[in-house]
Amino acid sequence: MPSAALLGQSVLSGIFIGALYGLLGLGLSLSWGMLRQVNLAHFALAFLGGYLTYQLGVAKVDPFVTLALTVPAFFALGMALHWFLSRFAVTLLNTLLVTFGLTSIIEALIQWYWTADFHRMESAYAALRWKLGPLFVSLTDLITLGFAAALSLGMWGLLRFTDLGKAIRATTEDAPIAAAFGVNEKLLAYLLSGLAGAFAAIAGVCLALNHTLAPVQIYAWMGVVFAAVMMGGLGSPLGPLVAGVVIGVSEALTMALTAPTWAPLVSFSLLIGLLLLRPARF
Amino acid sequence: MAVTRRRALAAAGAMLSTCALSPASFGQGGAQGKPMRIGSTLPLTGPLASLALIHKVTGEIYVENLNKRGGLLGRPVEWLLRDDQSRPELTRTLYEQLITADKVDLVQSPYATAAILAAMGVAQRYGKVLLHNSFGVPRLAKYDMQFQTAGVAFDPESVWPNLIFDAAAAAPKPPKTVAIVTSKFPSVHFISVGAREVLKKRGLQEVLHLEYEFGTRDYGAIANRVKEANPDFLWGGTNGIDPVLMLEAMRKIDYRPPAQAHLFPAPGPMLKMPEAQGSLALTNFEAHPPFTDDPGIAQFVRTYAERSREAGIPYNAADLQAAIAYAAWQVLEAAVTATKGTDDKAIAAWLKRSEVPVIFGRLKWNGPQNYVEGSDQYKVKQLQQGKWAVVWPSRWAAPGAKIA
Repeated sequence: MPSAALLGQSVLSGIFIGALYGLLGLGLSLSWGMLRQVNLAHFALAFLGGYLTYQLGVAKVDPFVTLALTVPAFFALGMALHWFLSRFAVTLLNTLLVTFGLTSIIEALIQWYWTADFHRMESAYAALRWKLGPLFVSLTDLITLGFAAALSLGMWGLLRFTDLGKAIRATTEDAPIAAAFGVNEKLLAYLLSGLAGAFAAIAGVCLALNHTLAPVQIYAWMGVVFAAVMMGGLGSPLGPLVAGVVIGVSEALTMALTAPTWAPLVSFSLLIGLLLLRPARF
Repeated sequence: MAVTRRRALAAAGAMLSTCALSPASFGQGGAQGKPMRIGSTLPLTGPLASLALIHKVTGEIYVENLNKRGGLLGRPVEWLLRDDQSRPELTRTLYEQLITADKVDLVQSPYATAAILAAMGVAQRYGKVLLHNSFGVPRLAKYDMQFQTAGVAFDPESVWPNLIFDAAAAAPKPPKTVAIVTSKFPSVHFISVGAREVLKKRGLQEVLHLEYEFGTRDYGAIANRVKEANPDFLWGGTNGIDPVLMLEAMRKIDYRPPAQAHLFPAPGPMLKMPEAQGSLALTNFEAHPPFTDDPGIAQFVRTYAERSREAGIPYNAADLQAAIAYAAWQVLEAAVTATKGTDDKAIAAWLKRSEVPVIFGRLKWNGPQNYVEGSDQYKVKQLQQGKWAVVWPSRWAAPGAKIA
């Protein structure tokens, strides 16, 4: 039987990786649920953000200072993507295809500049960790959890308590009626897509801090983050984080108690279970 | 007659010294006439692109030098290289095109097991000899005119674990307990299965056995379980970046295996990791003596360092991947020169009865399925003070290097 320390450490590992699932899923959930755009390029943008963080890290720029550059740039990229999709009136299913193509283009550009080889950002943050009883917590994991929680809660608060949030929710519910009440639904759509782009930039910093980068790994995150987004509820700011943590902890406990080879089944088994038990949710 | 290290290197050197890229060799020879067209694919894009780039740079160095020496049979060599995008189904199509549309004289190896299997089927259909250098599962190589040029044994699942455990037994603290953690990537998985059998026969105790899917993102739980098992020795059935990800996860929980081996790690990313120091891995060539005792090999190593840097490859020391790519071209040159033509059947018949000196030793194909059973050209290297150095067998060890 695994020890309490092993189980505890596995739960912690699951929470931290789940936070990254949630952070990656936040932008995807907002664009899918509120803009009716399944933006696969979100993952490519996150990795692009990671590579830019890495590159600036080579020039000794702190990853958090990098955000001052990448967040506004990716906000603009997000808006540009929305302009492109709405200009050509791309339907929901076709956004999947178009953004998949865009993902391939971004991947090719990343590979052209940084090559297909692995890159790992050297950072002073990676060396810091603390011991809480028998458990270990690293700073980079805490940073990811902090970002995920802050952005998810912040977005939830914005949508719940502010006039802007009410306008966004109204637009999502019924855009023509919201427009009739004076809501500028076009502007709000650009704002949302810009935010999704900015969230990708922040996710990119967390990827660079915690993981080794390779272009091909863009696709490795899609399945589990999609599952987190669907389980958490499309358009829900907190849903991907909660679902991501549930998936992360389930994967980690599966690996601790049985075999790591079963872990990839966890996310989609949970999703299928939810589909069967609560189909109305989807 | 036993082939000693010195004889093997002398033979390779005799061949390679004629390949020296010294200024005096530029412009000599002068290949003329109709080009001899050699076709192959490499995964220049996709998941395997980082390794393919090494093979591309090495192949270009070799072909350029070959043409400076007069080409093959006096004809300039033209290498038709296609991008198979790491997709075996595309490899098959491209080899069909190379043979039927481009009408190449000979074909060369693609990269990795799945692509080689795809190319092998096409080669068999058209009766082409196929030299290959990165086929991970020898028993699947059933085609009679296929020949491996990486120095792998027919039974690596026995040879490699014994080699690694021999090296571990020579360490200051030989292990008694072993944790086996392996990717399910086919060409390392079956080696790890073999390792489980070998360690039992050697009286070692297996304290943990874990398998994980290739492409696993998070190694936290794996690290936790290895720490809990507390082995003397971690057997990593790993390749590419997996060892780095695993060791990073172990760093987060303040754990480091007392001793470890990872089969085929990407050499560069591990260099700077304190947790990776002392790690063992497999190789057949490293850019240090005695391999570079020969001037020809030393020149190749210098040229590769320069060209790989220009190509943006992060790790510039010629090692296993560059060596197996180089050896494939050496064997092709030797076979065409010896048979004085490009007849595939004649080349295959010659290879089956011959030995060819290559950059890391001597190759022969007189065993089951054109392999050699029970031994091969592989060695064990160790990461010592930020550099990889061969430590076992000791006759191939870097000067002053001992297993630590």
